[in-house]
Amino acid sequence: MTAPLLEIRDYRLAFDTFDGTLHVLDGIDMAVAPGETLGIVGETGCGKSVLARSILRLNPMPPARVVSGEIRFRGADVLALPPADIRRLRGAAVAMVFQDPATYLNPLLTVATQMEDAIRGQDAAKGGPVRRRAAARDVAAELLAAVGLPEPRRLLASYPHQLSGGMRQRVLIAMALVGDPSLLVADEPTTALDVTVQAQVLALIASLVRERGLTLILISHDLGVVSASCARVAVMYAGTVVEEAPTGPLLERPLHPYSQGLIAAVPDLDRPEVRPKGIPGSIPSLLDPPSGCRFHPRCERATERCMVEKPLLRELLPGRRVACHHATAGDSPQ
Amino acid sequence: MLTYILRRIGLAGLMLFGLVCLTFVIANIAPSDPAALAAGPDAGRSQIENLRREYGLDRPLHEQFVRYVTDLVQLEFGRSVATGRAVGTDLARYFPATLELCLVAMAIGLLFGVPLGIVSALHKDGPIDHVTRIFAVSGVALPPFWFGLLLQLAFAAWLGWLPTSGRLSVFTEPMEPITGLLLVDSLLAGNGSLFLEAASYIALPALVLSFPCLAQILRVNRSEMVEALRADYIVAARAHGVRQRRIVVVHALKNAMLPTLAIIGLRWGWMMSSTVLVETVFDWPGTGLYAVSSAIAGDFKPVMGVTLIVGLNFMIANLIVDLLYGVLDPRLRSA
Repeated sequence: MTAPLLEIRDYRLAFDTFDGTLHVLDGIDMAVAPGETLGIVGETGCGKSVLARSILRLNPMPPARVVSGEIRFRGADVLALPPADIRRLRGAAVAMVFQDPATYLNPLLTVATQMEDAIRGQDAAKGGPVRRRAAARDVAAELLAAVGLPEPRRLLASYPHQLSGGMRQRVLIAMALVGDPSLLVADEPTTALDVTVQAQVLALIASLVRERGLTLILISHDLGVVSASCARVAVMYAGTVVEEAPTGPLLERPLHPYSQGLIAAVPDLDRPEVRPKGIPGSIPSLLDPPSGCRFHPRCERATERCMVEKPLLRELLPGRRVACHHATAGDSPQ
Repeated sequence: MLTYILRRIGLAGLMLFGLVCLTFVIANIAPSDPAALAAGPDAGRSQIENLRREYGLDRPLHEQFVRYVTDLVQLEFGRSVATGRAVGTDLARYFPATLELCLVAMAIGLLFGVPLGIVSALHKDGPIDHVTRIFAVSGVALPPFWFGLLLQLAFAAWLGWLPTSGRLSVFTEPMEPITGLLLVDSLLAGNGSLFLEAASYIALPALVLSFPCLAQILRVNRSEMVEALRADYIVAARAHGVRQRRIVVVHALKNAMLPTLAIIGLRWGWMMSSTVLVETVFDWPGTGLYAVSSAIAGDFKPVMGVTLIVGLNFMIANLIVDLLYGVLDPRLRSA
């Protein structure tokens, strides 16, 4: 395996709130090689977005606090970088696409102003000459055309509320391309969109990844979205990665009880007589997370050991890692 | 945008009519008899009746109202029964002084309130934030007359840096008014020393008047900035590499200014009416003093005139705020 583009090791992040400390991320281990496409799936509130934002240090600190670990991008520890260097990463090396384009675009500024500010801001972070607004606007128009938006000039003069949801998401994607990044982090990019538009946006992201040789981290609560776009998937539960595997094998033969539950919860259109199964119980409170394995209160196979000892990710099969005391290579789906 | 402006202006017109009705009602439920007052304590019943007829006070209320409105349309505010002077002339003399005082006070409030709000939001719950919080709370809590006296004592009596009261020294030859705003007029006339003198006289009363306004602008702007800086679009702007300064001053502040603007409009109206105390303490010859002295004398035409002018001013300020809303927020323009 080539040197990873992004490597996260034993990353723990807590949020200090009035009610106490939220243990949001609990020992994340993850590596992404250049050109790879990694999907991260998990329920709402499992820490996917917080993890994504950690890569660019976008979580507000305080209340967020790094407890331990490191996040290395091209070998440099992002968590230890001085502010000037982290700014050089933002947009230029690592770019983000966000969930709800309606709230992630500034309602009071035109598309042109927002894109120009991004372009000029990245120029300034590099320390080189800052392009004039007119020049930045030309670049912005090209990018809008590149993401398949018609009449980019007219679009630049509009405000976000004048655009449809799909157009807004395309604008956000164009903004992510401003700095010609090598890593694209897409945080639930299709969740707020209509189903038909979802497919278009996913296709757009896939083609950008292909054409520009981007490395992709795609975050979603939707297994379908992730499996369509990513070669490898990490499953997250309550701030931990419970399983990591190539997409096909994971869907066919999930090894972790939580992944098995997730996949069993998806209705099978070919076998409508099989009712989708939910996972009993609910997401644990991160104020006082379960001891040992965070999934044990909801797990059918939990034993005494699961309540005491936190299972670490271990390689069970080549390329497949699972964090469960009971998982074995011979496990089969229910 | 045009329909937005027209609608706002139309609404302002309706409000103006409501205001006229209100002043009329208030003047007529006030427990005083202007005719008896004008006639003096020694007047006989027939004399009072004659005056009543002369002023039209014997007519039915709706007729009086129609006359009142037709007079107003011709900018005729009636006459003071106490001095016999036209209220319009008096207002033309006193109102610019009040307007000048309020403008300077609002400028101070904006100039310090908005930036201090931004700085406090950026250092939320830090030492700077605590200091501005104490400052703001005292701004709202200190009674203006007491604060005014304190400043007079410190800056005029002890330090002798600034004059105690009035608009200009009694020894200064007053200039022929152009706009009636001394600071503007002296500049227009190229009279630097007069400008400085006027500025030294307006400094303390404007400061006192601005303090609560500044405090509120500061607090509202701070909390709105805190809110805006947490917004999704700010996270996105940071992720896209927009410069921090630009994020604060444009991306966040523009959003935070919408509610702040509303407060500014309200504060302006509040200021216009609360000048009474400040004008009394600093002997500032404005509408506040004029209204109070007329009210004490039971002279209702000047009070109605001042109420109208202050109300009209408030409305114009809110119209401007509404229009600025339209300038700031594209969603309103297309609505």
